[in-house]
Amino acid sequence: MTFDEILSIPPYSLDEEEKGKLLTERLLELTRLHRKNCPEYANMLDAVGFDPDGVKSYKELPFLPVRLFKEMDLKSVTKEEIVKTMTSSGTSGQAVSKIYLDRSTSANQQKTMVKIVSEFTGSGRMPMIIIDCPSVVKNRAMFSARGAGILGFSIFGSKKIYALDDDMKLDVSGVSDFLEQHKGERILLFGFTFMVWQHFYKELKRLKEEGIAFDLSNGILIHGGGWKKLISEAVSHDEFHKSMEEICGLKDIHDYYGMVEQTGCIYMECECGHLHASNFSDVIIRRPLDFSEADTGETGIIQVVSTIPESYPGHSLLTEDEGSVVGIDDCPCGRKGKYFKINGRLKNAEIRGCSDTYAAKF
Amino acid sequence: MANLEKYNNAFIETFEITEDKLAGLKYQDIEAWDSVGHMGLIAALEEAFDIMMDTDDIIDFSSYEKGKEILSKSEYGVEF
Repeated sequence: MTFDEILSIPPYSLDEEEKGKLLTERLLELTRLHRKNCPEYANMLDAVGFDPDGVKSYKELPFLPVRLFKEMDLKSVTKEEIVKTMTSSGTSGQAVSKIYLDRSTSANQQKTMVKIVSEFTGSGRMPMIIIDCPSVVKNRAMFSARGAGILGFSIFGSKKIYALDDDMKLDVSGVSDFLEQHKGERILLFGFTFMVWQHFYKELKRLKEEGIAFDLSNGILIHGGGWKKLISEAVSHDEFHKSMEEICGLKDIHDYYGMVEQTGCIYMECECGHLHASNFSDVIIRRPLDFSEADTGETGIIQVVSTIPESYPGHSLLTEDEGSVVGIDDCPCGRKGKYFKINGRLKNAEIRGCSDTYAAKF
Repeated sequence: MANLEKYNNAFIETFEITEDKLAGLKYQDIEAWDSVGHMGLIAALEEAFDIMMDTDDIIDFSSYEKGKEILSKSEYGVEF
């Protein structure tokens, strides 16, 4: 099965059985591909005696811990074929993951992301406010997860503005001019959760006290990168939504879950507040004691699988996040597939996520 | 300015290259045409022709030649 075939299917249209078949076929192919082209990966599979012929479901495929991409250079293509190297976000001093992309994996990431996000925003492009500073995308050779996130979403922006300057201060006149220019239009806002709260919401709150108010009731906000810091400030999901609406009328808000090791396959939050897996990827919740699959509603460690990675063996990974499946195929929003929630990071796991690593400075 | 000239100028100015490099040029062939450069190129073309491209077309815009094909489509109506 080629990736283009998967791309031609609407992202939330397959039920559990159909999706299971698709994932098993594609992920088994990827496992074989990486075993052939990445000697380190082949050694790991040999060491656990993995036999692909006996596999009936993608849930039986081996998974690598995400950390491994920090400790090893894992790739299934030659150096010459690499067009982009992406790095995870880390607090200073932390080792970062390095993810090697060739032309086709890189293109497939962007195509996938567009398919998924269009299901929430519509396919039209909108004036876009990026709640971050422009310097994040400056270093082009080494792409940080934060820059990649911004750039990936930029395709939805017709006209774009960075709301923050390089000192992370809100550009009040820039943003208000932009809103004036695009009055009556739907506006896309994108940012990482903590930055949105700290540098956008808090500033809007302060400005409101001075009598300056922004109207973003036409806006749609997509944010991601982790809640850790906000939870410690006792800002819950509901509080975040309520505060945003109060301060600027913004009601259409979607969190997303994703990681640089599986860029493209993001898990968007629907109108009912659930994170959704699309056809392109899945989450499997594992019991920490024996890695067996947890039941619906039972908390465990999150494994993620993605149909995209051809240039590095990252199609099946064990994260350091904890969560639980809420349901399958029957979310009231109408989208098929698994929907789930994230509880946070495992104890003693290192801080990561574009929002959380940045927030560690505060 | 003729459309071809506008089209070429978008590449030349965005990527800081000379006209003789344009034929056969593909995405990721030169350092400047990476994913950041790509969005810059799209912005320059949209400005030059006063159009707004679809996300699918932005993704499919994989070479100098492919781009001409895309802009020639009826919804953009750029004639070369």
